[in-house]
Amino acid sequence: MELDVLLLSRLQFAFTIMFHYIFPPLSIGLGLLLVMMEGMFLKTRDPQYEAMARFWTRVFAVNFAMGVASGIVMEFEFGTNWAAYSRYVGDVFGSALAAEGLFAFFLESGFLAVLVFGWDRVGPKMHFFSTLMVSLGSIFSSVWIIIANSWQQTPAGYHIVNGPNGPRAEILDFWAMVFNPSTVDRLTHTLLGAFILGAFFVMSISAYYIIKERHLDFAKRSFKIALALGTTSSLLIAVSGHSNANMVAENQPAKLAAFEGHFHTGEGGSPLYIIGWPDEEAQEVRYGVAIPGMLSFLVHGDFETPIKGLDQIPDEDEPPVFLPFMTYHVMIALGMFFIGLTLLSCFFLWRGTLFEKRWLLWAHVFAVVGPYIANQAGWVSAEVGRQPFIVYGHLRTSDGLSEAVVAEHVLTSIIMFGLIYAMLFAVWVWVLNHKIQHGPEPAVSAAPHGGAPISGGKDLLVATADLTRPGKGHSLSGIRDEDATREEE
Amino acid sequence: MMEFETLQIFWFVTVGFFLAGYAILDGFDLGVGIMHLLVAKTDHERRITMNSIGPLWDGNEVWLVVFGGALFAAFPEAYATAFSMFYLPLHLVLFGLIFRAVSLEFRSKSDNPLWRKAWDVGFFMASTVTTFIFGVAVGGSIQGLPIDERFIFRGELLDLLQPYGLMVGTMAVATFAMHGTIYLYLKTEGELQERAHHWMWRTFGFFLVAYLLTTIATFQVAPHATQNFKEYPIAWVIVLLNVLAIANIPRAIHLGRPGYAFLSSCCTIAALATLFGAALFPNLILTTLADGKSLTIYNASSSHGTLHLMQIIAFIGAPLVLTYTCIIYWVFRGKVELGHNSY
Repeated sequence: MELDVLLLSRLQFAFTIMFHYIFPPLSIGLGLLLVMMEGMFLKTRDPQYEAMARFWTRVFAVNFAMGVASGIVMEFEFGTNWAAYSRYVGDVFGSALAAEGLFAFFLESGFLAVLVFGWDRVGPKMHFFSTLMVSLGSIFSSVWIIIANSWQQTPAGYHIVNGPNGPRAEILDFWAMVFNPSTVDRLTHTLLGAFILGAFFVMSISAYYIIKERHLDFAKRSFKIALALGTTSSLLIAVSGHSNANMVAENQPAKLAAFEGHFHTGEGGSPLYIIGWPDEEAQEVRYGVAIPGMLSFLVHGDFETPIKGLDQIPDEDEPPVFLPFMTYHVMIALGMFFIGLTLLSCFFLWRGTLFEKRWLLWAHVFAVVGPYIANQAGWVSAEVGRQPFIVYGHLRTSDGLSEAVVAEHVLTSIIMFGLIYAMLFAVWVWVLNHKIQHGPEPAVSAAPHGGAPISGGKDLLVATADLTRPGKGHSLSGIRDEDATREEE
Repeated sequence: MMEFETLQIFWFVTVGFFLAGYAILDGFDLGVGIMHLLVAKTDHERRITMNSIGPLWDGNEVWLVVFGGALFAAFPEAYATAFSMFYLPLHLVLFGLIFRAVSLEFRSKSDNPLWRKAWDVGFFMASTVTTFIFGVAVGGSIQGLPIDERFIFRGELLDLLQPYGLMVGTMAVATFAMHGTIYLYLKTEGELQERAHHWMWRTFGFFLVAYLLTTIATFQVAPHATQNFKEYPIAWVIVLLNVLAIANIPRAIHLGRPGYAFLSSCCTIAALATLFGAALFPNLILTTLADGKSLTIYNASSSHGTLHLMQIIAFIGAPLVLTYTCIIYWVFRGKVELGHNSY
């Protein structure tokens, strides 16, 4: 088999970015929930909220570390595998990436230290501030990378000049680049997707605890906060999705045609497929269930105006259809499912019977897989739908490769990534399971130190107490007791 | 708006600043990783050493990310050439950094001694390999590499592994090992600190030998590296400061002032990074091909507008970054204490 650098590099990028994207959405979504929980603690001083914030912080920390570790890979890969692309977009893309590092990464990784390790070193207000900064930092980092990616989808505020190594894009208008036609729509959609994942994640584990009748108060409160976020975000993302589709219709007609399996422009209104199996050979959607004229209605507001089909796109500029169509439809179906499930849960919560409905709780335990798939599917449709371009309309993916790199090297790195990521994933699942089985520490009424930071000396006592009981070193209540005893002395 | 040329120099210095910051800050994290098997013996001591960098390594690693981002933005041609040229070595660095992160994160998740031992070795290997490759890359840039007139690397993997590069790689390991050991001396107490003190002298000796050999080799292998020193004799001040900083390390150890020793070690790394910059300027990557073209800050940079824009971003961002870096280091000052939030 002929090894193809293009195919291998695309596979490697797809694999590493999809693996990376398992983690950031949860950091964003869970980060917001941490802010809500800790905010409630500051407001009510109810120790249960502190126990919640502490437990979810531990889960957050593991997830965050995985995101950092797999994220550096992405920044390196632009240069290692896509050198020609980097030369072409560096002037535009690089500044967004540098801003991301300066404004977002320093913020989140710095304050993460206080969030995770600083519970006993700073007061509750400073701790809350750190949580807020970590959450903001994770949102900022999505802002800059989505600006850069949106610019690739709908370039704006630039001109093409002759650089030292052939043509390249240079910024003309920074704000036009930042607010290119797709940035706001895509950012909103991505953040809402992350919030849904965070909410479904917390609901999943909480539902599991409720079913197993463990940590009931903790689990019910966590569930309710997450349900509030999950329901709001699920409803809003439908609105955002519609706005996104219209934006794509306006700016990337070929991509919309791929999403909808719209091969032929035809006369009159264009149909909207609910389900189907696009056949690119035959240029038609098989086994499709379609609403006639609906696509025209969604885009133009009437049932008559035809939508540009793939037949009006030059052959060499046509994106693949099967993958964008499938992932796009899976994402939408899951979105509908999120709305249904959260609304149903809200209804039973209002009736006061939510936590008795075991079938519904079980549904929530497994429903967390949904947002993971939906987030990935959405990105696959967005990125594959942009093909064959890496910068829409300007630079083809095949022209973005590194000339100095040979197929054997890419194959080597893919195999290494495959092995290391498989191991990482297994360990991550194991650690997560360990944390879930361990569960939250019981809430301690009236924290002994009333919010004042503990002095170093006392921390040492905590450490000593910790060490004298190997194996039980992580029992928070034990340490608290020890601490309280010392205080009495 | 500054002159284009002034901005190009500004960004050369700024990118260098991020690299030096990374070397100083993550340098002690990597150094702790290189030395922890030797310095820390018991499980408790291993936990102390890991937790000495626990809250900090993540933020320190961001300096590398920002260095990469700044290089990408300011000198995209150099970023593209260097990263695609060092394809396999950089992937090893990535695997190293991933392993370091997960070793720290997962070690304490089980009490099984074999589990912990495995992550201990992983932590050591990851730190050592990563440091070594950084050094090899620096050596390669000083010595020059086969780059053609379109800035494309035209060599083989073996061209990256010249004896000089391997020597700089060894020196990088020696430097960070010393830096990390001094850091451990600063952050630990009792028997562990005694052992760190012991290893401080040895790593300093290792560093000194590597430093002298590399200096001699640089004159042999890369005579062009001293060109700037002939043209701008003021650059000798850096050499002088470098020697003073190095000499101050044993003095501070002898006086029993670890903070002072650590500061000297930081200054040593800063001076080494500055020397690296002074040797390169105005080149970024030197070509060894007769018909090739070296990448310089003038022919590899982004447009005037972008450099100006990024300068504004940097001026807004830098004070913020410095503020919260100081906050974090202040919160986690003092000796390492294990608590229930520790690794």
